[in-house]
Amino acid sequence: MATRKVGLPLMNVISMKGVPILQQLEIEECLLRTSSDNWCIINDGTNKPNIVMGISGKPSELVEIKPVIEDKIPVIRRFTGGGTVIVDDGTIFVSFICNKDSVPDVQPYPRPIMSWSSLLYSKVFHGIADFKLRENDYVFGVRKFGGNAQSITKNRWIHHTSFLWDYKTRNMSYLKVPKRAPDYRLARDHLDFICPMKDYLSRSDFIDKTIEAARSHFSLASSDPPSNFEFTPTSKLLTKQELEAALIKTH
Amino acid sequence: MASRLWASKAASYLKISTFNRGFASVVKDLKYAESHEWVKVDGKSCTIGITDHAQDHLGDVVYVELPEVGAAVTQGSSFGAVESVKATSDINSPVSGKVVEVNEELTGEPGLVNGSPYENGWIIKVEISDANEVNNLMDSEQYSKFCEEEDKH
Repeated sequence: MATRKVGLPLMNVISMKGVPILQQLEIEECLLRTSSDNWCIINDGTNKPNIVMGISGKPSELVEIKPVIEDKIPVIRRFTGGGTVIVDDGTIFVSFICNKDSVPDVQPYPRPIMSWSSLLYSKVFHGIADFKLRENDYVFGVRKFGGNAQSITKNRWIHHTSFLWDYKTRNMSYLKVPKRAPDYRLARDHLDFICPMKDYLSRSDFIDKTIEAARSHFSLASSDPPSNFEFTPTSKLLTKQELEAALIKTH
Repeated sequence: MASRLWASKAASYLKISTFNRGFASVVKDLKYAESHEWVKVDGKSCTIGITDHAQDHLGDVVYVELPEVGAAVTQGSSFGAVESVKATSDINSPVSGKVVEVNEELTGEPGLVNGSPYENGWIIKVEISDANEVNNLMDSEQYSKFCEEEDKH
């Protein structure tokens, strides 16, 4: 798939399917911290439902802990900022890891990176849906279908997105309405706030169009995910004890 | 500072594209790193934080990840992070040494980094291991010019 365009920076594309989300996060953090290349990582669905909080997430505030413990739903705290999602095989993940010098028109701060990403995805959804970046979410109209998070180091950054291609209504009940919610949410509960991408395009069309949009910024080459990397990731699975301690806090 | 903050919030609500404030404040006697941290040197000790330019570009800080007291820091390397908007952003140490104090107030009030970046929003205090490293840093005038150049892009 190596289609080099002279002058564009190189980006390695890793295409995965059904990889556990914790493993995906470990790969991403390793590449962010130890590689000097640009990367696009696509994971078409993860193997089972997981709750994923941002770096400062507190389960007592964000998660309905009792059913989560009873139903043995894994809860992960990831290395990037942002909010809480529940992901499963209906979630499509797309992550961009870039050297700041590879995208010199983008200042390495949250809002310029967010704007850059919305320009890329506006190409994906052009003619298909009323796509916008609304505060920090990707929306069709007023409904969120993609959640974003970032980590920014001295010379590199990652911008990753979980896209709701489809979701199970029941799973949303594991999440509380967060205290820190975007203004446009207007206190709507989850099911009134989000919408599935499947009403607009197929999984393969979305992935193909995303790769095509990336091609306008980068020369793409296929790559395998790294293995046996010597790196200690910071994303972690919360233990049952930690969840039980958080449950005590809510009472 | 308050009126600029209001203007920025109003622009955001109205979805108007804004440019960041023209000239972020700098403090004269501090030294500055290209990654937008400041250091106030006091003999063998120093205080470190992030600059007004940095906090303005990062947005509202909602969480600060602090190092442990006793941790080693290295010039140019990350020792902690701030969370703002949806991002974690590394904080890099302008000097090498050992952390002797962290600003615990930031745990309950991370917004101090935005509201008072050079005073109450300080992040760590360090016992410096190599005083010569401070010569690698910019003074306030050099840092102001550096920020102007960066914001032109």
